[in-house]
Amino acid sequence: MKDGELLVRKINEGVVIDHIRVGRGKIILSMLGVDEKYRFVLVSNVESRKLGRKDLIKVEGWFPKKEEMEIIALVSGEVTINIVKNNEVVEKFKVSPPSRVEGFVKCRNPRCITNDEREKEFVKPLLEKVSGSPLIYSCHYCDVRMDESEILRNLTVSGR
Amino acid sequence: MDAFRNKLDGKLAALLFFEPSTRTHESFRVAALNLGMDICGFADPKASSVAKGESLMDTVKMFVGYGVDVIIMRHGKAGAVRYIAERVNIPVINAGDDSNEHPTQALLDTYTIHEAFGKIDGLKVGMIGDLRYGRTVPSLAYALSNFDVEMHFIAPPALMLREHVRMFLEERGADFHEHDVSSLSSILPELDVLYVTRIQKERIPDEMEYEKVRRSYTVTRELLKNAKESLIVMHPLPRVDEIRSEVDGTKHALYFRQASNGMYVRMALLYSILKEG
Repeated sequence: MKDGELLVRKINEGVVIDHIRVGRGKIILSMLGVDEKYRFVLVSNVESRKLGRKDLIKVEGWFPKKEEMEIIALVSGEVTINIVKNNEVVEKFKVSPPSRVEGFVKCRNPRCITNDEREKEFVKPLLEKVSGSPLIYSCHYCDVRMDESEILRNLTVSGR
Repeated sequence: MDAFRNKLDGKLAALLFFEPSTRTHESFRVAALNLGMDICGFADPKASSVAKGESLMDTVKMFVGYGVDVIIMRHGKAGAVRYIAERVNIPVINAGDDSNEHPTQALLDTYTIHEAFGKIDGLKVGMIGDLRYGRTVPSLAYALSNFDVEMHFIAPPALMLREHVRMFLEERGADFHEHDVSSLSSILPELDVLYVTRIQKERIPDEMEYEKVRRSYTVTRELLKNAKESLIVMHPLPRVDEIRSEVDGTKHALYFRQASNGMYVRMALLYSILKEG
Protein backbone atom coordinates (compact mmCIF):
# COMPACT_ATOMS: atom_id res chain seq x y z
CA MET A 1 0.00 0.00 0.00
CA LYS A 2 1.37 3.39 -0.96
CA ASP A 3 1.74 6.44 1.23
CA GLY A 4 -1.54 8.15 1.94
CA GLU A 5 -3.69 5.52 0.32
CA LEU A 6 -4.54 3.78 3.55
CA LEU A 7 -6.77 6.66 4.57
CA VAL A 8 -9.33 6.41 1.75
CA ARG A 9 -10.89 3.84 -0.46
CA LYS A 10 -10.05 3.44 -4.13
CA ILE A 11 -12.01 5.25 -6.82
CA ASN A 12 -13.60 3.53 -9.82
CA GLU A 13 -13.32 6.25 -12.47
CA GLY A 14 -11.47 9.53 -12.17
CA VAL A 15 -8.14 10.93 -11.20
CA VAL A 16 -5.65 10.59 -8.38
CA ILE A 17 -3.30 13.55 -8.11
CA ASP A 18 -0.26 12.63 -6.08
CA HIS A 19 2.81 14.40 -4.76
CA ILE A 20 0.99 17.71 -4.26
CA ARG A 21 2.93 20.10 -2.07
CA VAL A 22 1.47 20.27 1.44
CA GLY A 23 -1.33 22.80 1.77
CA ARG A 24 -1.83 23.24 -1.95
CA GLY A 25 -4.47 20.50 -2.40
CA LYS A 26 -7.27 22.67 -1.08
CA ILE A 27 -6.26 25.57 -3.31
CA ILE A 28 -6.25 23.31 -6.37
CA LEU A 29 -9.72 21.93 -5.64
CA SER A 30 -11.30 25.32 -5.13
CA MET A 31 -9.44 26.94 -8.03
CA LEU A 32 -10.66 24.40 -10.52
CA GLY A 33 -14.16 24.34 -9.05
CA VAL A 34 -13.81 20.58 -8.45
CA ASP A 35 -14.95 20.90 -4.85
CA GLU A 36 -18.39 22.08 -5.96
CA LYS A 37 -19.02 19.65 -8.80
CA TYR A 38 -17.47 16.28 -7.96
CA ARG A 39 -17.11 13.78 -5.15
CA PHE A 40 -13.55 14.09 -3.94
CA VAL A 41 -11.20 13.15 -1.17
CA LEU A 42 -8.38 15.41 -0.07
CA VAL A 43 -5.71 13.80 2.02
CA SER A 44 -3.49 16.41 3.52
CA ASN A 45 -0.12 16.41 5.23
CA VAL A 46 0.59 12.69 4.83
CA GLU A 47 4.05 11.16 4.86
CA SER A 48 5.87 10.98 1.56
CA ARG A 49 9.19 9.39 0.73
CA LYS A 50 9.75 11.97 -2.02
CA LEU A 51 8.52 15.17 -0.37
CA GLY A 52 8.58 14.43 3.36
CA ARG A 53 4.94 15.54 3.59
CA LYS A 54 2.42 15.87 0.80
CA ASP A 55 -1.23 16.30 -0.18
CA LEU A 56 -3.12 13.84 -2.36
CA ILE A 57 -6.45 14.29 -4.14
CA LYS A 58 -8.84 11.67 -5.50
CA VAL A 59 -11.74 12.89 -7.63
CA GLU A 60 -14.49 10.57 -8.82
CA GLY A 61 -15.74 11.10 -12.38
CA TRP A 62 -13.37 13.94 -13.33
CA PHE A 63 -10.58 13.79 -15.91
CA PRO A 64 -8.57 17.03 -15.94
CA LYS A 65 -7.86 18.68 -19.28
CA LYS A 66 -4.28 19.59 -20.23
CA GLU A 67 -4.72 23.25 -19.14
CA GLU A 68 -6.20 22.14 -15.85
CA MET A 69 -3.24 19.85 -15.22
CA GLU A 70 -0.91 22.77 -15.94
CA ILE A 71 -2.74 24.93 -13.40
CA ILE A 72 -2.36 22.13 -10.86
CA ALA A 73 1.39 21.90 -11.49
CA LEU A 74 1.71 25.68 -11.36
CA VAL A 75 0.12 25.76 -7.91
CA SER A 76 1.88 22.71 -6.53
CA GLY A 77 5.06 22.18 -8.48
CA GLU A 78 5.51 18.82 -10.21
CA VAL A 79 2.67 16.36 -9.50
CA THR A 80 1.93 12.78 -10.49
CA ILE A 81 -1.37 12.24 -12.26
CA ASN A 82 -3.03 8.80 -12.21
CA ILE A 83 -5.99 8.30 -14.53
CA VAL A 84 -8.29 5.58 -13.20
CA LYS A 85 -10.78 3.69 -15.34
CA ASN A 86 -12.67 0.54 -14.31
CA ASN A 87 -10.86 0.46 -10.96
CA GLU A 88 -7.45 0.44 -12.61
CA VAL A 89 -4.76 3.03 -13.18
CA VAL A 90 -4.65 3.22 -16.98
CA GLU A 91 -2.28 6.17 -17.25
CA LYS A 92 0.31 7.58 -14.87
CA PHE A 93 2.48 10.56 -15.66
CA LYS A 94 4.18 13.58 -14.15
CA VAL A 95 3.13 17.15 -14.97
CA SER A 96 5.50 20.08 -14.49
CA PRO A 97 4.68 23.80 -14.36
CA PRO A 98 4.02 24.94 -17.95
CA SER A 99 6.45 26.99 -20.00
CA ARG A 100 3.71 29.57 -20.74
CA VAL A 101 0.83 30.61 -18.53
CA GLU A 102 -1.86 32.51 -20.39
CA GLY A 103 -4.88 34.18 -18.89
CA PHE A 104 -5.12 32.95 -15.34
CA VAL A 105 -2.25 34.59 -13.50
CA LYS A 106 -2.25 38.39 -13.40
CA CYS A 107 1.01 40.23 -13.85
CA ARG A 108 2.09 41.67 -10.49
CA ASN A 109 3.04 45.00 -12.07
CA PRO A 110 0.06 47.35 -11.67
CA ARG A 111 1.48 49.45 -14.52
CA CYS A 112 1.49 46.52 -16.96
CA ILE A 113 -0.76 46.84 -20.02
CA THR A 114 -2.46 43.57 -19.03
CA ASN A 115 -3.71 45.26 -15.83
CA ASP A 116 -5.06 48.34 -17.60
CA GLU A 117 -8.79 48.63 -16.91
CA ARG A 118 -9.59 49.61 -20.51
CA GLU A 119 -7.22 47.21 -22.27
CA LYS A 120 -7.45 44.04 -20.21
CA GLU A 121 -10.56 43.08 -22.15
CA PHE A 122 -8.30 42.75 -25.21
CA VAL A 123 -4.94 41.62 -23.87
CA LYS A 124 -4.68 38.62 -21.57
CA PRO A 125 -1.78 38.23 -19.15
CA LEU A 126 0.95 35.96 -20.45
CA LEU A 127 3.80 34.66 -18.32
CA GLU A 128 6.82 32.74 -19.58
CA LYS A 129 8.88 30.39 -17.44
CA VAL A 130 12.41 31.66 -16.86
CA SER A 131 13.49 29.06 -14.34
CA GLY A 132 12.06 25.80 -12.99
CA SER A 133 13.91 25.71 -9.68
CA PRO A 134 13.25 28.12 -8.12
CA LEU A 135 10.09 28.60 -10.14
CA ILE A 136 10.23 32.02 -11.82
CA TYR A 137 8.08 33.45 -14.58
CA SER A 138 8.52 36.65 -16.55
CA CYS A 139 5.67 38.78 -17.93
CA HIS A 140 5.73 38.54 -21.72
CA TYR A 141 4.73 42.20 -22.01
CA CYS A 142 6.51 44.13 -19.25
CA ASP A 143 9.32 41.67 -18.33
CA VAL A 144 8.58 41.84 -14.59
CA ARG A 145 9.53 38.59 -12.84
CA MET A 146 7.26 36.62 -10.52
CA ASP A 147 8.25 33.92 -8.08
CA GLU A 148 6.08 31.12 -6.75
CA SER A 149 4.46 33.11 -3.94
CA GLU A 150 3.67 36.00 -6.28
CA ILE A 151 2.13 33.59 -8.76
CA LEU A 152 -0.12 32.11 -6.07
CA ARG A 153 -1.15 35.60 -4.97
CA ASN A 154 -2.07 36.58 -8.51
CA LEU A 155 -4.05 33.53 -9.59
CA THR A 156 -7.33 34.66 -11.09
CA VAL A 157 -9.14 31.31 -11.43
CA SER A 158 -10.10 31.02 -7.78
CA GLY A 159 -13.63 29.63 -7.38
CA ARG A 160 -14.07 28.95 -11.09
CA MET B 1 22.77 63.89 -43.78
CA ASP B 2 22.04 65.24 -47.25
CA ALA B 3 22.65 61.78 -48.66
CA PHE B 4 19.55 60.60 -46.84
CA ARG B 5 17.31 63.57 -47.44
CA ASN B 6 13.97 62.51 -48.94
CA LYS B 7 15.11 58.88 -49.17
CA LEU B 8 11.76 57.79 -47.72
CA ASP B 9 9.64 60.10 -49.85
CA GLY B 10 6.07 58.83 -49.99
CA LYS B 11 6.26 56.83 -46.76
CA LEU B 12 3.88 57.65 -43.95
CA ALA B 13 4.70 57.46 -40.21
CA ALA B 14 2.10 57.46 -37.44
CA LEU B 15 3.38 59.11 -34.27
CA LEU B 16 1.05 57.81 -31.59
CA PHE B 17 2.02 59.42 -28.29
CA PHE B 18 -0.42 58.22 -25.68
CA GLU B 19 1.75 60.00 -23.13
CA PRO B 20 2.94 63.55 -23.65
CA SER B 21 6.48 63.99 -24.93
CA THR B 22 8.45 66.88 -26.34
CA ARG B 23 11.95 65.66 -27.10
CA THR B 24 11.29 62.16 -28.36
CA HIS B 25 8.22 63.19 -30.34
CA GLU B 26 9.91 66.13 -32.01
CA SER B 27 13.12 64.23 -32.80
CA PHE B 28 11.13 61.44 -34.45
CA ARG B 29 9.00 64.01 -36.28
CA VAL B 30 11.99 65.94 -37.61
CA ALA B 31 13.80 62.67 -38.45
CA ALA B 32 10.80 61.54 -40.51
CA LEU B 33 10.46 64.93 -42.22
CA ASN B 34 14.18 64.98 -43.08
CA LEU B 35 13.73 61.63 -44.77
CA GLY B 36 10.86 63.06 -46.82
CA MET B 37 8.19 61.11 -44.95
CA ASP B 38 4.70 62.33 -44.22
CA ILE B 39 3.51 62.09 -40.66
CA CYS B 40 0.19 61.72 -38.89
CA GLY B 41 -0.91 60.99 -35.34
CA PHE B 42 -0.90 62.91 -32.10
CA ALA B 43 1.56 64.20 -29.49
CA ASP B 44 -0.95 64.43 -26.69
CA PRO B 45 -3.55 61.77 -25.85
CA LYS B 46 -6.00 64.48 -24.85
CA ALA B 47 -6.23 65.36 -28.51
CA SER B 48 -7.00 61.78 -29.54
CA SER B 49 -10.06 59.57 -29.32
CA VAL B 50 -8.35 57.73 -26.43
CA ALA B 51 -9.66 60.57 -24.30
CA LYS B 52 -13.16 59.42 -25.29
CA GLY B 53 -12.46 55.93 -24.00
CA GLU B 54 -11.40 54.23 -27.24
CA SER B 55 -9.27 51.13 -26.77
CA LEU B 56 -5.62 51.20 -27.74
CA MET B 57 -6.08 48.55 -30.42
CA ASP B 58 -9.01 50.40 -32.03
CA THR B 59 -6.93 53.57 -32.24
CA VAL B 60 -4.01 51.70 -33.77
CA LYS B 61 -6.21 49.81 -36.25
CA MET B 62 -7.54 53.10 -37.53
CA PHE B 63 -4.03 54.31 -38.39
CA VAL B 64 -3.09 50.95 -39.90
CA GLY B 65 -6.21 51.33 -42.04
CA TYR B 66 -4.91 54.67 -43.31
CA GLY B 67 -1.95 52.81 -44.78
CA VAL B 68 0.81 54.03 -42.50
CA ASP B 69 4.19 52.36 -43.06
CA VAL B 70 5.43 52.53 -39.49
CA ILE B 71 4.02 53.24 -36.04
CA ILE B 72 6.12 55.17 -33.54
CA MET B 73 4.44 54.79 -30.20
CA ARG B 74 4.77 55.95 -26.62
CA HIS B 75 2.43 54.66 -23.94
CA GLY B 76 2.00 55.02 -20.20
CA LYS B 77 1.61 51.29 -19.60
CA ALA B 78 4.52 48.86 -19.56
CA GLY B 79 4.42 46.37 -22.41
CA ALA B 80 1.81 48.31 -24.42
CA VAL B 81 4.14 48.70 -27.40
CA ARG B 82 5.04 45.01 -27.50
CA TYR B 83 1.33 44.17 -27.30
CA ILE B 84 0.64 46.28 -30.39
CA ALA B 85 3.78 45.22 -32.29
CA GLU B 86 2.72 41.58 -32.06
CA ARG B 87 -0.72 42.28 -33.47
CA VAL B 88 -0.14 44.52 -36.48
CA ASN B 89 1.71 43.67 -39.68
CA ILE B 90 3.78 46.86 -39.94
CA PRO B 91 6.90 47.89 -37.99
CA VAL B 92 6.26 49.41 -34.55
CA ILE B 93 8.96 51.45 -32.79
CA ASN B 94 8.88 51.77 -29.02
CA ALA B 95 9.26 55.45 -28.12
CA GLY B 96 8.97 54.66 -24.40
CA ASP B 97 6.59 52.49 -22.40
CA ASP B 98 6.09 53.58 -18.80
CA SER B 99 9.11 52.74 -16.61
CA ASN B 100 9.88 49.75 -18.75
CA GLU B 101 12.04 50.66 -21.74
CA HIS B 102 13.14 53.42 -24.08
CA PRO B 103 15.17 51.54 -26.68
CA THR B 104 15.74 54.35 -29.19
CA GLN B 105 17.19 56.45 -26.37
CA ALA B 106 19.60 53.56 -25.70
CA LEU B 107 20.58 53.58 -29.38
CA LEU B 108 21.35 57.28 -29.36
CA ASP B 109 23.14 56.98 -26.00
CA THR B 110 25.42 54.18 -27.19
CA TYR B 111 25.98 56.06 -30.45
CA THR B 112 27.00 59.16 -28.47
CA ILE B 113 29.42 57.13 -26.34
CA HIS B 114 30.90 55.56 -29.45
CA GLU B 115 31.20 58.94 -31.14
CA ALA B 116 33.09 60.33 -28.14
CA PHE B 117 35.53 57.44 -27.62
CA GLY B 118 35.57 55.63 -30.96
CA LYS B 119 34.69 52.48 -29.04
CA ILE B 120 32.41 51.16 -26.32
CA ASP B 121 34.38 48.10 -25.15
CA GLY B 122 36.63 48.70 -22.19
CA LEU B 123 34.79 51.75 -20.83
CA LYS B 124 33.52 52.33 -17.31
CA VAL B 125 30.01 53.76 -17.35
CA GLY B 126 28.33 55.20 -14.25
CA MET B 127 24.57 55.69 -14.19
CA ILE B 128 23.11 57.82 -11.43
CA GLY B 129 19.70 59.04 -10.32
CA ASP B 130 16.38 57.29 -10.51
CA LEU B 131 17.37 53.87 -11.81
CA ARG B 132 14.11 52.28 -10.70
CA TYR B 133 11.34 54.28 -12.33
CA GLY B 134 13.30 55.87 -15.15
CA ARG B 135 13.06 53.98 -18.45
CA THR B 136 16.29 55.12 -20.05
CA VAL B 137 18.67 53.34 -17.67
CA PRO B 138 17.27 49.80 -18.12
CA SER B 139 17.42 50.16 -21.91
CA LEU B 140 20.94 51.59 -21.82
CA ALA B 141 22.06 48.83 -19.46
CA TYR B 142 20.57 46.18 -21.77
CA ALA B 143 22.36 47.78 -24.73
CA LEU B 144 25.70 48.03 -22.90
CA SER B 145 25.45 44.39 -21.80
CA ASN B 146 26.28 43.56 -25.44
CA PHE B 147 29.73 45.12 -24.89
CA ASP B 148 32.67 44.63 -22.59
CA VAL B 149 31.68 47.49 -20.30
CA GLU B 150 31.96 47.94 -16.55
CA MET B 151 28.67 49.40 -15.32
CA HIS B 152 28.28 51.28 -12.03
CA PHE B 153 24.75 51.96 -10.84
CA ILE B 154 24.63 54.77 -8.30
CA ALA B 155 21.33 55.51 -6.53
CA PRO B 156 19.61 55.74 -3.17
CA PRO B 157 18.42 52.24 -2.18
CA ALA B 158 14.76 53.07 -2.90
CA LEU B 159 15.61 54.04 -6.48
CA MET B 160 18.06 51.23 -7.33
CA LEU B 161 17.51 48.94 -10.34
CA ARG B 162 14.36 46.85 -10.44
CA GLU B 163 14.85 43.20 -9.70
CA HIS B 164 14.10 41.94 -13.21
CA VAL B 165 16.63 44.35 -14.72
CA ARG B 166 19.28 43.16 -12.28
CA MET B 167 18.42 39.52 -12.99
CA PHE B 168 18.62 40.11 -16.73
CA LEU B 169 22.07 41.66 -16.38
CA GLU B 170 23.22 38.78 -14.18
CA GLU B 171 21.97 36.27 -16.74
CA ARG B 172 23.84 38.14 -19.47
CA GLY B 173 27.01 37.94 -17.38
CA ALA B 174 27.29 41.75 -17.38
CA ASP B 175 30.00 43.33 -15.25
CA PHE B 176 28.00 45.64 -12.97
CA HIS B 177 28.23 47.13 -9.49
CA GLU B 178 25.69 48.94 -7.34
CA HIS B 179 26.59 51.85 -5.06
CA ASP B 180 24.76 54.22 -2.77
CA VAL B 181 24.36 57.70 -4.17
CA SER B 182 26.65 59.10 -1.45
CA SER B 183 29.64 57.35 -3.05
CA LEU B 184 29.53 59.30 -6.32
CA SER B 185 32.62 61.39 -5.57
CA SER B 186 34.71 58.31 -4.76
CA ILE B 187 33.68 56.41 -7.91
CA LEU B 188 33.78 59.38 -10.25
CA PRO B 189 37.58 59.41 -10.87
CA GLU B 190 37.37 55.92 -12.42
CA LEU B 191 34.52 56.64 -14.83
CA ASP B 192 34.66 57.35 -18.55
CA VAL B 193 30.95 58.13 -18.79
CA LEU B 194 28.62 59.62 -16.17
CA TYR B 195 25.01 59.17 -17.21
CA VAL B 196 22.79 61.36 -15.04
CA THR B 197 19.03 61.00 -14.73
CA ARG B 198 16.47 63.11 -12.97
CA ILE B 199 14.84 62.08 -9.72
CA GLN B 200 11.19 63.00 -9.66
CA LYS B 201 10.33 64.55 -6.35
CA GLU B 202 7.24 62.41 -5.87
CA ARG B 203 9.40 59.27 -5.83
CA ILE B 204 10.88 60.28 -2.47
CA PRO B 205 7.95 61.41 -0.32
CA ASP B 206 10.13 62.51 2.61
CA GLU B 207 11.15 66.10 1.91
CA MET B 208 14.40 65.96 3.91
CA GLU B 209 15.41 62.68 2.32
CA TYR B 210 14.71 64.12 -1.13
CA GLU B 211 16.88 67.16 -0.40
CA LYS B 212 19.67 64.94 0.90
CA VAL B 213 19.62 62.73 -2.19
CA ARG B 214 19.39 65.71 -4.53
CA ARG B 215 22.37 67.43 -2.95
CA SER B 216 24.45 64.27 -2.91
CA TYR B 217 24.51 63.94 -6.65
CA THR B 218 24.32 67.41 -8.09
CA VAL B 219 26.98 67.54 -10.80
CA THR B 220 29.04 70.70 -10.44
CA ARG B 221 32.35 71.99 -11.82
CA GLU B 222 33.82 71.38 -8.40
CA LEU B 223 32.80 67.71 -8.45
CA LEU B 224 34.22 67.24 -11.95
CA LYS B 225 37.68 68.42 -10.86
CA ASN B 226 38.30 64.88 -9.69
CA ALA B 227 37.12 63.31 -12.94
CA LYS B 228 39.20 62.01 -15.84
CA GLU B 229 40.00 64.62 -18.47
CA SER B 230 38.09 62.52 -20.96
CA LEU B 231 34.98 61.93 -18.82
CA ILE B 232 31.75 62.65 -20.65
CA VAL B 233 28.60 63.67 -18.80
CA MET B 234 25.35 62.57 -20.41
CA HIS B 235 21.69 63.14 -19.55
CA PRO B 236 18.55 62.06 -21.43
CA LEU B 237 17.03 65.49 -20.59
CA PRO B 238 15.03 67.30 -19.42
CA ARG B 239 17.24 68.10 -16.44
CA VAL B 240 16.13 70.08 -13.44
CA ASP B 241 19.16 70.91 -11.32
CA GLU B 242 21.02 67.60 -11.18
CA ILE B 243 23.59 69.06 -13.58
CA ARG B 244 24.36 72.70 -12.85
CA SER B 245 24.35 75.00 -15.85
CA GLU B 246 27.99 75.89 -15.01
CA VAL B 247 28.91 72.43 -16.34
CA ASP B 248 27.43 73.18 -19.78
CA GLY B 249 30.54 75.04 -20.94
CA THR B 250 32.99 72.31 -19.89
CA LYS B 251 34.49 69.73 -22.23
CA HIS B 252 32.70 67.04 -20.22
CA ALA B 253 29.18 68.21 -21.13
CA LEU B 254 27.81 66.07 -23.92
CA TYR B 255 24.08 66.13 -23.22
CA PHE B 256 23.09 68.60 -25.88
CA ARG B 257 25.16 66.75 -28.45
CA GLN B 258 23.45 63.58 -27.22
CA ALA B 259 20.01 65.13 -27.72
CA SER B 260 20.79 66.19 -31.28
CA ASN B 261 22.19 62.74 -32.01
CA GLY B 262 18.68 61.50 -31.19
CA MET B 263 17.38 62.94 -34.43
CA TYR B 264 20.16 61.38 -36.55
CA VAL B 265 19.91 57.99 -34.88
CA ARG B 266 16.14 57.96 -35.36
CA MET B 267 16.64 58.89 -39.02
CA ALA B 268 19.03 55.96 -39.36
CA LEU B 269 16.57 53.66 -37.62
CA LEU B 270 13.62 54.69 -39.81
CA TYR B 271 15.76 54.38 -42.93
CA SER B 272 17.07 50.93 -42.01
CA ILE B 273 13.55 49.69 -41.33
CA LEU B 274 11.76 51.24 -44.31
CA LYS B 275 14.31 51.43 -47.13
CA GLU B 276 13.37 49.51 -50.25
CA GLY B 277 15.25 46.33 -51.06
